[in-house]
Amino acid sequence: MTISRRHLIQGAAGFASMAGLSAGVSTRALAQSAEPMRLGLLTVKTGPLASGGIDMERALTMFLKERNNELAGRKVELIVADTAGVPATARTKTQELVEKNKVHALVGPLAAFEALAIDDYLREVKIPTLSVAAAEDMTQRKPNPWFVRGTSSSAQCAHPMGEYCAKELGYKRMITIGDDIAFGQEMSAGFQRTFEDNGGKIVQKLFPPLTAPDYGTYVAQLKNDVDAIFLAFAGSNGFRFVRQLNEYGLLSKVKVVGGMTALDEAVLRNMGDEALGIITTCWYSADLNTPMNTKFATAFRDQFKYDPGFYAAGTYVEGQVLEAAMTATKGNVEDKEALMKALRAVKMETVRGPVRFDEFGNVVGDIYIRKVARKDGRLVNQVIKTYKDVSQFWTYDQKAFLAAPVYSRESPAAKFLEN
Amino acid sequence: MNKVLMLLFVAGLAIIPLVSGDFYINLATQILIAAVFALSLNLLVGYGGLTSLGHVAFLGLSAYICAWTSTKLGVAPLVAIGLSLVITTIMSALFGLIALRATGLGFLMITLAISQVLWGLAYRWASVTNGDNGISGLTRPSLFGLSLDSASSFYWLTLIISIFAFILMAAFAMSAFGSSLQGTRDQARRMRALGYNVWLIRWITFIYSGFWAAVAGLLYVYYNKYIHPSALSVTASAEALLAVIAGGAGTLGGPIVGAALLVFLKNYASSFVERWNMLLGFIFVLIVLLMPDGIVPGVQRLIRRMRGAQS
Repeated sequence: MTISRRHLIQGAAGFASMAGLSAGVSTRALAQSAEPMRLGLLTVKTGPLASGGIDMERALTMFLKERNNELAGRKVELIVADTAGVPATARTKTQELVEKNKVHALVGPLAAFEALAIDDYLREVKIPTLSVAAAEDMTQRKPNPWFVRGTSSSAQCAHPMGEYCAKELGYKRMITIGDDIAFGQEMSAGFQRTFEDNGGKIVQKLFPPLTAPDYGTYVAQLKNDVDAIFLAFAGSNGFRFVRQLNEYGLLSKVKVVGGMTALDEAVLRNMGDEALGIITTCWYSADLNTPMNTKFATAFRDQFKYDPGFYAAGTYVEGQVLEAAMTATKGNVEDKEALMKALRAVKMETVRGPVRFDEFGNVVGDIYIRKVARKDGRLVNQVIKTYKDVSQFWTYDQKAFLAAPVYSRESPAAKFLEN
Repeated sequence: MNKVLMLLFVAGLAIIPLVSGDFYINLATQILIAAVFALSLNLLVGYGGLTSLGHVAFLGLSAYICAWTSTKLGVAPLVAIGLSLVITTIMSALFGLIALRATGLGFLMITLAISQVLWGLAYRWASVTNGDNGISGLTRPSLFGLSLDSASSFYWLTLIISIFAFILMAAFAMSAFGSSLQGTRDQARRMRALGYNVWLIRWITFIYSGFWAAVAGLLYVYYNKYIHPSALSVTASAEALLAVIAGGAGTLGGPIVGAALLVFLKNYASSFVERWNMLLGFIFVLIVLLMPDGIVPGVQRLIRRMRGAQS
């Protein structure tokens, strides 16, 4: 089902009177007098990032539908814009949502460079934004006061994974390979940092282009005297790389571990037994055994025939955070300062587990180490260890962390590379 | 008659900010920037017969130089603008030396290669370009004490620069030099036999075109206040080329119409049509079928035919 600029206020009139019976008088009065809250979704529906973008739209539409398009006693009108994954278009679309549609808050955008492209504009127009874009600096060295992120920064999940690989799995020598975009670079850098701090050595770092049609040349370059390979891929690239490793007969010879989008639920459904046993890290798993998540994952699966992954769950979490903040402000979204304050003060249980925000608007929450297993005939990311209350700074001193340059291909420097 | 129409048109453009909201003003600004860029490309493609698939190299180069010198070196806006224009123009002279060793497909491939090299640099030379994070934090300068931060003020500035660009590029195309350029397009050998230095004519055009692409780049970067490697991608070059061809290569109005169509479809129609990429393709196919030489020549022909039918 596709909804682009269809206004989602169906059945609202009939429902408002019903809600009025159970809800308090004040919210009833508000719901009837105030115009609907307008929520903009910046997503990507065309181009290589579209699969995640469509998941975002599906999850948010589902979230609102479950609540009959009403949050905190106020009707919500959702306006979806396609940024095509291009920074300049993302900017125009944001302007359109803000200036033409007069949205009160934004969900999105998807990609880091989109978030950076609209950064100054968000400051200028002061629109509370709930994003899944992982760019480290959006909540670190250049924090935007109008930004909250309920998912994680690029390296937030990679930090515990580095420690896990060194300490629990006992790996000594590893390779990182990831997409040559900020997301893949930051994730690789975060992994390398904690892995090496715990005695491991990254002996090779590879960055294939985002749209590499074939990983053959990269597979051929891989060193064979390593314990494991860390995958920092996004979208369907992790799946493609693992499949190619398998075709080359290497998957039985070398261990593979992955970052938060390497074996996302959205691509796991296309994989076979070769994926079994691969360990990845993420702030979510569709297999997470909490009543709230079981309900969400089941409903999502029933509707779309696959498990919710990074983008679907992330957008759903943003929805929950927004609802909590709007409840705190009693549905008042016109006072943007108050809404923003309430958003950052949110402390709640979501489908991903407990969530709260640090002073930069980035989430502090649980990170899960997950292992691919077969369950009810389909592959799932089974949680095998939980790191509680992980912040974007991991265990490092915040001041020192922020004083160092942002994670990139060169930073922190890899001291053990062998060529 | 034509002049009166043109004045009316410009006057109409000038009052856009008075009658519409910020979103449409910004859309109009983007159309103007795309039009300046398409006009500069049109000098090569339309008048010189040199199809370039790497023209964004100059737009991107000047945008990056401006963003980098302003944010990292902290130079004054005027200095940054001057540096961008000068360096980009010099670079276009150098690239011209390489690209103009060939014409036709060879020229297309070399320009494509050059722009890909710059695209790769923008991605990989992270210490300068910030790689995939792009350069942000650029602020618009104020002009004679007037702030350019509002949508309308920046639109007016863009409009003034666009009009200048149009006049200067039109003058270039319609001058004797422009005629000799068209001569090199149609009959390069004969021009050579007549004693014209074909290579030099092309080279000067390449540099002039690069200069105006740099101007478009400056407008682009100050409008977006952000620059990302995607501005240098092949797609961006191809889009500009499409705009020129769809509007009518080798005409003065064509690139403007093409750029307006493209920006409009990309940024506005995409809100209403889910498969806007398909719509874009469909419209281009229609243009090729119905008006193979572009919208402007096609419409002109239509008008002539209607007039002919009346008399």
